[in-house]
Amino acid sequence: MADVRFRVWRGNASSGAFVDYDVPVTEGWVVLDAIHWIQAQLQNDLAVRWNCKAGKCGSCSAEINGKPRLMCMSRIEDCVIDGTITVQPMATFPPVKDLVTDVAWNYTVNQRIPPLAPKPPEADGTWRMQPYDVDRVQEFRKCIECFLCQDVCHVLRDHQTWAFGGPRFMVRTASLEMHPLDTGSRLALLRDARDGLGLGYCNITKCCTEVCPEGIHITDNAIIPLKERVVGEYFDPLARGLTRILGWTREPRT
Amino acid sequence: MKATPIFLPHAPKPLGTTQRRDRWWLEPLLNFIGFTAFVAYSLWVAFTPVGSHGLNYEWPQRSTLGWTYLSPFYSPLFGPTWWHFSPAILVLWMPLGFRATCYYYRKMYYRTYFADPPACAVSDTRFWQGKPRPYRGETAFPWILQNAHRWFLYLAIYVLVVLWIDALQSIFFVAPTGQPGLHFGLGSAVLLVNVALLSAYTFGCHALRHLAGGNVDCWSCSWLGRTRHKFWAAVSRLNEHHMAWAWTSMIFVGLSDLYIRLLAMNAVPFSRFPWL
Ligand code: SF4
Ligand code: SF4
Ligand code: FES
Ligand code: FES
Repeated sequence: MADVRFRVWRGNASSGAFVDYDVPVTEGWVVLDAIHWIQAQLQNDLAVRWNCKAGKCGSCSAEINGKPRLMCMSRIEDCVIDGTITVQPMATFPPVKDLVTDVAWNYTVNQRIPPLAPKPPEADGTWRMQPYDVDRVQEFRKCIECFLCQDVCHVLRDHQTWAFGGPRFMVRTASLEMHPLDTGSRLALLRDARDGLGLGYCNITKCCTEVCPEGIHITDNAIIPLKERVVGEYFDPLARGLTRILGWTREPRT
Repeated sequence: MKATPIFLPHAPKPLGTTQRRDRWWLEPLLNFIGFTAFVAYSLWVAFTPVGSHGLNYEWPQRSTLGWTYLSPFYSPLFGPTWWHFSPAILVLWMPLGFRATCYYYRKMYYRTYFADPPACAVSDTRFWQGKPRPYRGETAFPWILQNAHRWFLYLAIYVLVVLWIDALQSIFFVAPTGQPGLHFGLGSAVLLVNVALLSAYTFGCHALRHLAGGNVDCWSCSWLGRTRHKFWAAVSRLNEHHMAWAWTSMIFVGLSDLYIRLLAMNAVPFSRFPWL
């Protein structure tokens, strides 16, 4: 294969620029292979975070030709445009060095979410769940915390509205809210647009779904159902009354 | 825990700034052309109920044969005597409100008409003319009103029932003489396809998906849980292609009206299936 010109962002928290490297790529390579080649052959101090090279650890998130992607899951022949590929760190998070960004903010969001509050176990001390009750939340457990969805979400990326928890944490909240054993309610937290998760900031433009390497239907299966639950709780007196009368929801309202 | 940013804001990025190298503007452009054309056609239809040849939205007149093709833009047909404008205005707000608050259309017009964002990883309107604007999303007026979507769903289901009746009365009808009759024309087929597409769109609604069973955490522990799970799964199947149903049903509504309008204007021949 012909050489491919890699235009890689080099820099740190205060400044940076794109630097070009010509890489003799081999068939079957992914972008991460080329970055490793540059690191091994040309620039030993090129910083890049990675672990599994199998799309499972969520470490190698970057922006390839301006699109948030995993470097280890992006084949070179699919990315080359006019003989070049640009690689830069995620734009939403502060750069540390080269392709490495500081994603610590995400873990502070995670701490805002109350964990699973399971109902008491059955008489034999265990819990039983039907397959059709848990199928729906399995999808959310595929998340590898690559934070590409957080990176692409315009609420964080452009508007820098940090009161919004971001799509990854809507996925996590959905996995708890829809859990058949959970007794907690996170609807007040979701609705709180100052110190909660600010679900209303999302305008369902679906970029998170477009970039998720695990193919999680973030908007359709996590965010919109949560929005509907918030509507049912706060904006729909009819549904609220019916739900109470028929005892459909057994969650405490916080 | 307080939601505080841990790093400094980035430099201002004007609308449309991106490192993307593909044709990201193509999708919003096609949406803009398609949707604007539909809105323009709808406005024209709504404000031209009659032409020099008579009614534009109904053909033939029901009173003469007992059956008619009624344009979906004018159904359900209300005609109170005090109303002097187009009857379409009395009904169009229902499907309009339904589509305007639909989760798919929201995505489409926030992107296409509000550039918020125009496409993924392309800067939105935060730095309009260099100054950052506050962002409230759907947490505040006006977009918080989107939460009314499920009320429009109830209205849309009512309209849908009437459209089914419209399609069926063009096939099974009662003549002015009191005789039951059967007729099947191209118009009946058009109306049937139209209402089928609209049903696929309406029954794939996210709000319905929630009400049908999505609001239950543990189906096996709830009253009618199995049934609600099945209902939820059925809505989910349609919901997966909600965008496709939204576009096809919208385009077909326009085509249905166009066919009836052309019949009324005598611009196309009346075709009925010979065996009926
Ligand atoms: S759908 Fe919502 S959470 Fe996902 S990227 Fe768009 S605004 Fe962000
Ligand atoms: S939801 Fe998808 S894009 Fe977001 S962090 Fe998880 S795997 Fe990554
Ligand atoms: S290195 Fe693990 S996801 Fe890419
Ligand atoms: S979400 Fe599209 S019609 Fe309800």
